[in-house]
Amino acid sequence: MDVKTETKTQVNTTQKLTMVQAVNDALKTMLESDKTTMLLGEDIGKNGGVFRATEGLQEQFGEDRVVDTPLSESGIVGTSVGLAVNGFKPVAEMQFMGFIYPAFDQLMTHVSRIRAKTMGHYSVPLVVRAPYGAGIRAPEIHSDSAEAIFTHMPGIKVVCPSTPYDAKGLLIASIEDPDPVIFMEPMRSYRAQREEVPEGKYTLEIGKGKRVQEGTDVTVIAWGAMLPVAQQAVKQAEQQGMSCEVLDLKTLYPLDRDLIAESVQKTGRAVIVHEAQSTGGLGQDIMSVIHDTSFLYLRAPIERVTGFDVPVPFFALEDHHLPTPKRVLASIEKAVHF
Amino acid sequence: MEKQFPIKKIIDDQGNLIDSQYEGEIDQELVQQLYYHMLRIRLFDRKAISLQRQGRIGTYPPFEGQEASQVGSVLALGNDDWVFPTYRDHGATLTFGADMMRTFLYWNGRSEGVIPPEGKNIFPAAVPIATQIPHAVGTAWAEKRKDTSNVAIAYFGDGATSEGDFHEGLNFASVFQTPTILFNQNNQYAISVPVEKQMHSETIAQKGLAYDIPSVRIDGNDCFAVYFETKKAVERARNGEGPTLIEAVTWRTGAHTTADDPTKYRPDGQGENVINPVERLEHYMKHHDFWDEAWVTKIENELTNEVEAAVEAMEQYPKPNPEDLFDHVFQNNPKQLEEQKHAYLEHLGRV
Repeated sequence: MDVKTETKTQVNTTQKLTMVQAVNDALKTMLESDKTTMLLGEDIGKNGGVFRATEGLQEQFGEDRVVDTPLSESGIVGTSVGLAVNGFKPVAEMQFMGFIYPAFDQLMTHVSRIRAKTMGHYSVPLVVRAPYGAGIRAPEIHSDSAEAIFTHMPGIKVVCPSTPYDAKGLLIASIEDPDPVIFMEPMRSYRAQREEVPEGKYTLEIGKGKRVQEGTDVTVIAWGAMLPVAQQAVKQAEQQGMSCEVLDLKTLYPLDRDLIAESVQKTGRAVIVHEAQSTGGLGQDIMSVIHDTSFLYLRAPIERVTGFDVPVPFFALEDHHLPTPKRVLASIEKAVHF
Repeated sequence: MEKQFPIKKIIDDQGNLIDSQYEGEIDQELVQQLYYHMLRIRLFDRKAISLQRQGRIGTYPPFEGQEASQVGSVLALGNDDWVFPTYRDHGATLTFGADMMRTFLYWNGRSEGVIPPEGKNIFPAAVPIATQIPHAVGTAWAEKRKDTSNVAIAYFGDGATSEGDFHEGLNFASVFQTPTILFNQNNQYAISVPVEKQMHSETIAQKGLAYDIPSVRIDGNDCFAVYFETKKAVERARNGEGPTLIEAVTWRTGAHTTADDPTKYRPDGQGENVINPVERLEHYMKHHDFWDEAWVTKIENELTNEVEAAVEAMEQYPKPNPEDLFDHVFQNNPKQLEEQKHAYLEHLGRV
């Protein structure tokens, strides 16, 4: 396991948690261990967050550290910048990723470049958590998957776990990271599975993906809520005799280029799955990683299964927008039988 | 500030007329119109909650408690005016002429639900917070540029006043003196955050002072106060006298949405003393000789049937086509989007 166990807090017991509970546990762990950690967001205090990700934390740590802010995303991120440059570790919650856009200005014009433009004199150790993605019949705007907007921004790391264990370890790592991190939480996966999660503090390395399944014919690359979709497709592909390797990227900036290259050089084929729109989507960056590292190993054109170049639709049509196991399987077949 | 912006009322909680200057202006037609629409939207709202509970529509944000604010304000508008609602303002849009079947359809995840009837200027409900305020200001500005006397009303809640778009919208309205009614429903809570934590200001009305926008604070559960104060604002706007900020103090009786549990954050018993605006109007009607039992029974039956028919029509509405995903993104789709569409339809076996 790629766990860097902290020496101070021994990790020896585990508990079975959902992803949203694991997020809660990570926040609690950091509020306990680091007095400078602060949570800010809409409805995160008394209400415990609309998904209950911060349940019980205000009660335990007080209103000064777990803050119900005014309804103002630009205000939340902008003041978090100020807190971060002056000694605090703010963890800001955007209620849904679709509501992060008022904070776009703060992220693009300040969070992305404060370290660079001050030559390191100021830095912004800030985490912005955002539940993202479609598939839960939420009202409009609640279902965006905007990772590529943020991977495009310089100076910001983008992390996206797919399991409870990864969510806790990566969130703690993000809070401890000296630079800003957008932490995307797949709301469709919040309560989809329970997993043994160590108690206490542990971190996973940001920038490291994971090979979740070994195979030889094709590399299927996904993250967040699309990982289980890819895995379902892979199961069916294997029944047809195709051997699939599955990668969970876990960090979207910086990409784990070595993991991608190593796998694609072995299989010679790649299928990339993401629910965000196709054009300018992260799949294109992954394609360029493959092109740059593994061009001569390719045995088939790289396949992408993505959302379409359309606004995320109202929920009656969201199942058509989202990649399905059937669409992923079709692309696996296409790559393998090229 | 509470002294500078006292809450204006025309009737009290028990439905007694307390501002006698309106005695002559309140007639049977107005009373029945207000009551009819408030009852109608209440039946709609309760039906929507029940449909959500049965899994027949998606998440729904109820507006019970805000009937007087929504009906009173929108009835003060004219047919050619513009309405910019939030997701909680279907009481206003239905009263203004939005189609009930389509309103149900919207909450069932269908884009068809936002299309207003021909000739009605009803913008789709804003789901992000406060973004509709600059839109209403811009639309009103366009009416001014076109030399019409039409106005635009923007609905927004107490939480919206924390967003930049609220302040930017007010400033533009003030600078360009647009015919805009900035109609705030202060229902005391932005999801779980009470208004006293949302702002350190005593009132929302006072926020107009900084922009030199005439502002008024009214009892949002008094349909007459809402109606007559909005009417004044509309008249000022039509006469080229610019925007008005109205703070209608009201109460969100239920949850933020059907996915929300207000017992998590509201103290026990809070709001129990608030007399619902529909009952308040009933009291008024009974005290002032407007109550006609036969008429009430008749409209109750009619409205129940109307709501049921709308639900039935919504449920019989044709299923959405995957083509709809692609067909309205541009007037003329770029080739690459057409290719995505074609590939997907081929995948589905539709071409």
